[in-house]
Amino acid sequence: MITELATTMIKMPSIDYLAILPVLILIGGAVLIMAITAMVPGGLRRDVATAMTVTTALAALISSLVEWHRVLVQGATTTIAHAIVMDGFSVFMAIAVSSCVILASLIGHDYLKREDISSAEYLILALISAAGAVLMASANDLVVIFLALEILSIALYVLVAFNPRRAESGEAALKYFILGGFSSAVFVYGIALTYGATGTTNLTQIVDFLGQNTAQHPGLLYAGLGLMIVGFAFKVAAVPFHFWTPDVYQGAPSPVTGFMAAVAKIGGFAALLRVLLSAFGTQAATWQPIIYALAVASLLLGALLMVVQRDVKRMMAYSSINHAGFILLGVEAATTRGVQAALYYLFAYAIMTVGVFGVITLVSGNGDRDTDIASYRGLLRRSPLLGACLVVLLLAQAGAPFTTGLFAKLGVLSAAVSVGSWPLALIAMVSAVISGFAYLRLTLISVRPVGAPTDVDELGVETGVSAPMHHLGATLMLEEELPTEVEIAHVGVSPVALTGVTLAAAFTIIFGIVPGPLLSLAHAATMSLLG
Amino acid sequence: MIHFAPVMLFFPLLGFLVLVTFGRRMGEKASGTIATVAIGLSFVAALITFLGLLGQSNREVTENLYTWIPVGSLHVNIALLVDPLSITMCLFVTFISALIHLYSTGYMHGERDATKFFVYLNLFVFSMLVLVLGNNLLLTFVGWEGVGVCSYWLVSYYFDKDAAASAGKKAFIYNRVGDVGLLLAMFLIFDKTGTLNYLDIFGHLGSFTTLAATMAVLALMLAAAGKSAQIPLFNWLPDAMEGPTPVSALIHAATMVTAGVYLLCRMNPLLSLSPDGRVVIAIIGGATAFVAATIGTSQRDIKKVLAFSTVSQIGFMVLAVGTGAYVAAIFLMICHAFYKALLFLGSGSVIHGLHGEQDIDRMGALRKFMPITFATFLIGWLAIAGVPPFASFWSKGDVLDSVYRHYPALWVLGIITAILTAYYMSRLFFLVFTGKARFDEPAADGRPAIHDPHESPKVMTIPLVVLAVGTLLVAGIDLPWMHAHTLKAFLEPVFTTNLYDPNESSGLQIILAAVDAIMAVIGIAVAWVAWRNGPDRPKLEPKFLANVWYWDNFYDAIIGRPGQRLAQEAARADVAVIDGAVMGAAAVVTKRAQALRRIQTGQVRHYALFIAAGLVAILVFLLVKAFHP
Repeated sequence: MITELATTMIKMPSIDYLAILPVLILIGGAVLIMAITAMVPGGLRRDVATAMTVTTALAALISSLVEWHRVLVQGATTTIAHAIVMDGFSVFMAIAVSSCVILASLIGHDYLKREDISSAEYLILALISAAGAVLMASANDLVVIFLALEILSIALYVLVAFNPRRAESGEAALKYFILGGFSSAVFVYGIALTYGATGTTNLTQIVDFLGQNTAQHPGLLYAGLGLMIVGFAFKVAAVPFHFWTPDVYQGAPSPVTGFMAAVAKIGGFAALLRVLLSAFGTQAATWQPIIYALAVASLLLGALLMVVQRDVKRMMAYSSINHAGFILLGVEAATTRGVQAALYYLFAYAIMTVGVFGVITLVSGNGDRDTDIASYRGLLRRSPLLGACLVVLLLAQAGAPFTTGLFAKLGVLSAAVSVGSWPLALIAMVSAVISGFAYLRLTLISVRPVGAPTDVDELGVETGVSAPMHHLGATLMLEEELPTEVEIAHVGVSPVALTGVTLAAAFTIIFGIVPGPLLSLAHAATMSLLG
Repeated sequence: MIHFAPVMLFFPLLGFLVLVTFGRRMGEKASGTIATVAIGLSFVAALITFLGLLGQSNREVTENLYTWIPVGSLHVNIALLVDPLSITMCLFVTFISALIHLYSTGYMHGERDATKFFVYLNLFVFSMLVLVLGNNLLLTFVGWEGVGVCSYWLVSYYFDKDAAASAGKKAFIYNRVGDVGLLLAMFLIFDKTGTLNYLDIFGHLGSFTTLAATMAVLALMLAAAGKSAQIPLFNWLPDAMEGPTPVSALIHAATMVTAGVYLLCRMNPLLSLSPDGRVVIAIIGGATAFVAATIGTSQRDIKKVLAFSTVSQIGFMVLAVGTGAYVAAIFLMICHAFYKALLFLGSGSVIHGLHGEQDIDRMGALRKFMPITFATFLIGWLAIAGVPPFASFWSKGDVLDSVYRHYPALWVLGIITAILTAYYMSRLFFLVFTGKARFDEPAADGRPAIHDPHESPKVMTIPLVVLAVGTLLVAGIDLPWMHAHTLKAFLEPVFTTNLYDPNESSGLQIILAAVDAIMAVIGIAVAWVAWRNGPDRPKLEPKFLANVWYWDNFYDAIIGRPGQRLAQEAARADVAVIDGAVMGAAAVVTKRAQALRRIQTGQVRHYALFIAAGLVAILVFLLVKAFHP
């Protein structure tokens, strides 16, 4: 009887806790902060909460480094019934996500103070959402990917709306929620079809299945693949699944936008890369044209619409769509070189974008109102360090030398060319030129002193700008959107947020001058993904 | 102790950074002191490194500082190559730089922006050391460009003076032409060997055909011609004298302009593959030495005479390289650094004492007024003229020995140049220091009389004295009967293909040395007869020579004016075609974008519709693919 009982007991899968340690730490930190907030009368002090969040993210970062060591020694391992994998790829993403959380919580601190929000929801939700992103990168099962995607997304929906005093945030959150739900449903349906075609949701088993069998009618399998790509494309904001992006980026509180732009993209691309290159690596010829089309559309639309935006957050939304196109360039190549470049790009982009939204948070002032480009007039003079960081981060996004942006763009372009996708590379370069204009325009505005004759209003009409620049300025600043008189507000800069922004800029420059460590990290991650 | 090599670089860099950040606040005096101390410490580090290198048998040490790009086949390292050649260069560069920094604290006193001057000067020394110590061509190129840009800033230091501003530009443009040569050489070498690292290049010399080697050598010679002011790119150097005199002494005489010679010496294993290339080098060097010496006989500006003399002396070094006498080239380079720095600083002292007068017609009799300057200049004069037992007699003698053995025709040219050298230097010396004073009455063109010429302050005369002593002693580093223990023995391992052996036969050598000495005496004697009493000998200063062989006019006619026309046409085309295209493209972009904007309606149902449309498109594509593979 005893033996019978033993056989009917549920067999627990063995768990390698190290593999999920970063996720556990992030979730644990969130729960701890939540509990303390609930118990301490009057709530947790803001700086304590921020400090705890930074510590949690730091602990997650350190635990990822410990994992890294283990991966180096033992190679990739799967655990919890092969649903979770710990390899160089998952660790790379965990490092990227934790770094973004550290920066975002530093930047958010000032926002909370300025908007006088005493509750710690922002930090708690950011931690949970980050846990989702990390889990997405280490999932080895489609169901776990879906679970992680939802953890990431639901926290983000709430984050977008967490400032109750901001009406547009509510609208943005609702839009994001509806469309996100729509895409999640599509994604789950894709999982179901894939299960139908292969009989499993485990990525390793899918690889085995596809390696051993050739479907006579692969319609089911392809449909499943296509639906999953749509789900991921929504998350990473690739055209035409990007429509939520400008509205949500603009509506969300600025620090949330930065966090979301970085972490959601990391999570989305992590799962996309693992599913496409690892599970469906043998089907590359099938999905490559789709990625190609998504990349072209994202590159062009992102760049084109970027230049006609006056709202900086909206402009950065299109910029993030353009960047997604660039990363897809590396995915499309589907080679070691391409994936490595995409990973490097992803990491570099995530840090840059958190940094830029950090600057936006500080400049937009009370109520997050001043997001018009005219608000950046003379930023470099008004607040030199902040202005300098913005210039660095913008130039990096444009791909300037001595920043991570150069190696990022160079990497994906050369990967695309090396597999013969030179038309795609060409389109990417054209889009880089177009978007470069928008970055440089914002840079120019920030560098010019306030009240100089060549201010944004008359960009180039007066002296100091060469004739072509003048015409570009004149044509692109259309009549209807000539800036209304925007008051130049004092930029309240506190050391905490400034630290976050400075760290992002320093990262961008240091790893632009010494790209070695980051490149070899990306290389190791790629090798563990592609074997 | 060998690991002190990076410290050499560190001090000038630190000095530069400190001065560029705090210089303005610290003022002229403090920044001059900091700059001088930084270079002094750099010299000490060079000395320690040198002793360390002497103490070990492996004298070819690569110090890896930092790996920049470690991806795939592309490895770019920042590393220093410490070997006898580079450390020899470092020693004399830092020593002379330190003295000239000290001199500058006096000379630049009261100048506007003296702080900026020291900023550039420290950056220059740093770049020069990078050039010399870099273990690969790329790093050398970085230093090469660094010294180039410092030279540009310092030549146009008095930028509100038209002459200085355009001289800076001229120097920069001529150097750019040479830089193309260096780039071409780098491309060629990388193409053949797959590396830019010196030691690796020398390990892969087998992949060079003779033709490829000759092309690379010619490209390197073009680079050297730009930086070291050789034909056809030599005439930026005289104009560069618009810079402050310490700059002329340091950059345009002692150190930077010898970089081309250094580069050729460094690449000697490659040169050994191309006999044709070496002939070209020898001819260019010999011709430059001769042409510049002839021009030097007819110049009236004290610094211009010295400038052409520098061109001519570097011509001798290049000639030596062309004959494979690398050690002789380096030996002459070091001697030249001492006596030419001494002569330039002496001329600076004269100019300072005469309140800015540079015309030797307006000097004379300064022996009485400036005794220290006179005495030190005398040593410099004898050293450069080739009078035994002074420096140039030994160093130029080595060069001419080697030339005699390889190219007798060039040896004749060299001997004529040697006479000219003794002649123009003596002319300069007699006109400045002896005869009657010509500065104390107003000049014909209205320049006022100069009263009370005075000796310069101690900070300026001390470097003069040190350099004079150095000039007297410097020949001792490589006397012909001691080659086994001196510079030659030390440097020889670097030059695997030393084609030259001055110990060969003592009889011939003594005859050649006697010829050299006699030529020097002839030159001095002629000048004594002609110029002892004053400057009025127009027949000895033909227009052709005074106008630098009309070299500038020639360039102006064949390059300058057609180039200007081309530029004007291009500007017109730029407005019509390029701007038109850019503006047209911008207009198109904007229009498209405005249209595209409309799809972003803000309505969730529209967004969902677009997502669904995208989804359908993907599914249709996939299903078509599935059923019609």
